Amino acid sequence: MMFSLDDMIAFLPSLLQGALITITVSLLAFAFACVLGLVLGLLRMARLLPLRMLAAAYIQFIRGTPLLLQLFFIYYVLPYAGVTLTPFASGVIGLTMNYAAYMAEVFRSGIQAIARGQWEAGFAVGMSRRLLMKRIVLPQALRIIVPSLGNFFVSIFKDSALVSVLTLRDLMFSGQLLASATFKHFEIFTMVAVIYFLISYPAAKLVEYIEMRLDITRRPRPAAGLRQDATGQEAAAIRRGSLA
Amino acid sequence: MARAMSMTPVSATPIVHLDRIWKSFHGTAVLTDVSLTVPRGQVVCIIGPSGAGKSTLLRCVNHLEAIDHGTIFFEGVPVYRYLRGGKKVIDPDRRIEQVRAQIGMVFQSFNLFPHLTALGNITEAPVHVRGTPPAQARDQALALLRKVGLEARASAYPHELSGGQQQRVAIARALAMEPKLMLFDEATSALDPELVGEVLRVMRQLATEGTTMLVVTHEMGFARDVADRVVFMDHGAVVEDGPPERVFTTPRSPRTRQFLQTILNRGEADPQPAVEYSA
Ligand SMILES: Nc1ncnc2c1ncn2[C@@H]1O[C@H](COP(=O)(O)OP(=O)(O)O)[C@@H](O)[C@H]1O
Ligand SMILES: [Mg+2]
Repeated sequence: MMFSLDDMIAFLPSLLQGALITITVSLLAFAFACVLGLVLGLLRMARLLPLRMLAAAYIQFIRGTPLLLQLFFIYYVLPYAGVTLTPFASGVIGLTMNYAAYMAEVFRSGIQAIARGQWEAGFAVGMSRRLLMKRIVLPQALRIIVPSLGNFFVSIFKDSALVSVLTLRDLMFSGQLLASATFKHFEIFTMVAVIYFLISYPAAKLVEYIEMRLDITRRPRPAAGLRQDATGQEAAAIRRGSLA
Repeated sequence: MARAMSMTPVSATPIVHLDRIWKSFHGTAVLTDVSLTVPRGQVVCIIGPSGAGKSTLLRCVNHLEAIDHGTIFFEGVPVYRYLRGGKKVIDPDRRIEQVRAQIGMVFQSFNLFPHLTALGNITEAPVHVRGTPPAQARDQALALLRKVGLEARASAYPHELSGGQQQRVAIARALAMEPKLMLFDEATSALDPELVGEVLRVMRQLATEGTTMLVVTHEMGFARDVADRVVFMDHGAVVEDGPPERVFTTPRSPRTRQFLQTILNRGEADPQPAVEYSA
């Protein structure tokens, strides 16, 4: 088996077109999933029990079923309910709904990691819950959340390969089409792998860079002059108390 | 101690009046039938052993904690946030927020916002709660930083400041809302001994200026010098409430006497007796 330059040049345009679809689907789904994930994470902590339960049920359901099946449902089952979506829309929606469920838990735990004292300090100056969340808690929680979001960002490019089952001509499906037409499996899938890697690797590097930027600048450290026992007490106070 | 505001006639409406407050956590009574009045311009110090309910009382005053029974008046108007007879009686969030905006609170553990500079910590509430124009809030914040001796550290983040500096920023943050009452919950207990003085100095200055203050403290020297009234709490109840001379020299209750004895024994040789003693 040998790579022929002619073959590679012949395959490249269609694979690159597929790669563009892969990148587009992944970026859109990631952006939407961040928003939906934040909303779900906030709903998980809502004061109204039905809202909390609804969000929890959604998250459990998504996490308890395969992404592949979720994609099938959106593309093949929804039409029976009168909702017909293009492969592209189905792919973006499916990935969004799936990733949002996992991100919700990341947002929630990030928000809950913010010390109770921050809420109390905000309440004490007259801030509303909403304002506190927006101005004090989320900006701090984001620093905790970003590394996890980064992992999602890298993995979504790879998971997006599943949308190929919806006949969406992403990188994966373009490769499959070429391979079944030419039988040059080795050459084509090697090229596909290299292109996936060339997408994922810079994505991972970007995440690393963002993490590093967030890390060095004004990372909250234990306060100087705060004695050990006082820190321990504060931790105990956080552990035993719920928010006012 | 020439404090202009303590000349205010006693008939004036008190800033805060607690009327027969009850509070329990999971069935354990923490405050039992507590009444307390803080008149305008007075400095009231609360002392008492760890677990007496001092912090809880302070947190009830600005409604960080909901009470089970009783009434809390702010400037003569009741503010409701509690369960009464199994039924929730509660003012709208907005109203509680408005009351809190008029009460400053300083915590044992500072609780500065770590992602904001000293200046940002101070301007946050004026700008976003009260709607003060940023430029004006900034000028006020710089003036407050000057007042607590930290003008040069305006752009420092909390983790770049010592504990004493952080606590002074926290005081400035509370003052920025021009509160009618300042609450201090063991403001110096988490500090290394050498940093206690700089915070107490600021608190003394506020008292001299006539700020109404409710101060939970183990600094008996501060209470003796600065307080108009000293309140001794034990087991969730107010045991003693009177002028410092009386409470410290001729306490009515044997429990007060015993507590003061413990504190004095522990502290006589130590210039900062209270530091070792934290709740
Ligand atoms: N959020 C809470 N949940 C349960 N128990 C609490 C809570 N806050 C305080 N307590 C209990 O209430 C009692 C009084 O506490 P506190 O008001 O902190 O006392 P002090 O400040 O006088 O040391 C203690 O026994 C404490 O354990
Ligand atoms: Mg306490």
